[in-house]
Amino acid sequence: MSTPLLHVSHLEKYYQKAHILHDVNFELNTGEVLTLLGPSGSGKSTLLRCLNGLEAYQQGAITFDGQAVTQKPKQWQQLRQQIGMVFQSYDLFPNRNVLENILLGPLKVQKRPRAAVLPEIQQLLKKVGMADYADAYPRQLSGGQKQRIAIVRALALKPKLMLFDEVTASLDPEMVRDVLNIIRQLAASHAMTMLVVTHEMDFAKQISDQVLFLADGQILEQTPGTQFFEQPQTERAQNFLASMDF
Amino acid sequence: MSSWAIIQQSLPLFQKGFFITLKLATLGILGAIVVGIICSLIQYFHLPLLNPLVTIYTEIARNTPLLIQLFFLYYAFPQLGLRLTASQCGVVGLIFLGGSYMAAGFTGGFDGISPSQLEAGQAIGLSRWQLAHYVVLPQGLALSVPALAANIIFLIKETSIFTVIAIPELTNTALDLIGMYYHTNEYLLVLVVAYALILIPLSIILTYLERRVRYGAFGN
Repeated sequence: MSTPLLHVSHLEKYYQKAHILHDVNFELNTGEVLTLLGPSGSGKSTLLRCLNGLEAYQQGAITFDGQAVTQKPKQWQQLRQQIGMVFQSYDLFPNRNVLENILLGPLKVQKRPRAAVLPEIQQLLKKVGMADYADAYPRQLSGGQKQRIAIVRALALKPKLMLFDEVTASLDPEMVRDVLNIIRQLAASHAMTMLVVTHEMDFAKQISDQVLFLADGQILEQTPGTQFFEQPQTERAQNFLASMDF
Repeated sequence: MSSWAIIQQSLPLFQKGFFITLKLATLGILGAIVVGIICSLIQYFHLPLLNPLVTIYTEIARNTPLLIQLFFLYYAFPQLGLRLTASQCGVVGLIFLGGSYMAAGFTGGFDGISPSQLEAGQAIGLSRWQLAHYVVLPQGLALSVPALAANIIFLIKETSIFTVIAIPELTNTALDLIGMYYHTNEYLLVLVVAYALILIPLSIILTYLERRVRYGAFGN
């Protein structure tokens, strides 16, 4: 068996005395999609943020692509070029246009030549249906358009792993569909390895190779594919699924 | 002699004072902006060693009157072997005072940046200095334009205190003329008009700048 792209073992996270994550263990193979589900406050987003250094963890170990994570700022800076993240609030830089937002990473962080990067970016923009918006400023875009650009901005670094943190939570229903389709496409045609926090259950059901159900910072269920949706084992998970619209 | 004639006779002197005020204020403000940006970045990134020094500096500069700061520069420093001309003292004093005010203004702007913007920058692998360059400075400076504008106007008015170290700027010119010729009303009128000539156009420009920057950066 090949080694997993991401290996998390015995992860513990505290905010002062509050115990946020308890003994989190999982693996993610290249090309797989893992979905994190659970009620709000269960630690899903915190777990995701621990995986690219936006939150520190106090115990446990993460191995990414064969490299032990040391939590040193310099190493995170390196790893973040291989671990893309997209946020609920899009957070495009308002003072830079679409192209400048996207180019910042490849040109300034990775120091790649503009001529090499530009065709890739145009290709990506085309794929998300935003080819005509390279010169637009974020204020001129709708929420769904901003989120599509944010996805391209993360993909521009050619990451090996993508983290999606409730990326459709602040979008209108019709825009949700557009953004989810892009993520589906990324999984299907690019075999992108992804960790997804979402409240879109249909989407989660379609896309997941693996589901982690978290409650109170603990993994209560860890199942392959759709099994979680069909046969939730714990009462917490059954209640959670019952409360969700499909 | 008519009031008008009195005013006319005084104009060449006021003109000199006008340009001295303008020149010293410009130098002082530019210096204060540079000092302010450096200090606020040091505070923002909590740079070890430098951060406490900046705190000490801003506390001293903001909690002592410019008058006393100028006395120090003009009367005490020569005894320590550092002799500056009156104009140099004025500019250095203005930078010393203004730098601390500017630092507070910029710090306010930097603090106004949403934390999620910084996380977005970190998430694409920006280093600390790249984050400062591409995210913190452009957005923070845009947010601090209102404070910057208030500080610029405040510092121009503070130049009137240069009188106490005998710099022949506007206020000093007026006080000198009043002392010599006792035409208090006329000279004060010219003085007020001269300050207004600097400050009113400047206010208008700064307000325009505030609006432009806000639109440019945040689209509303």
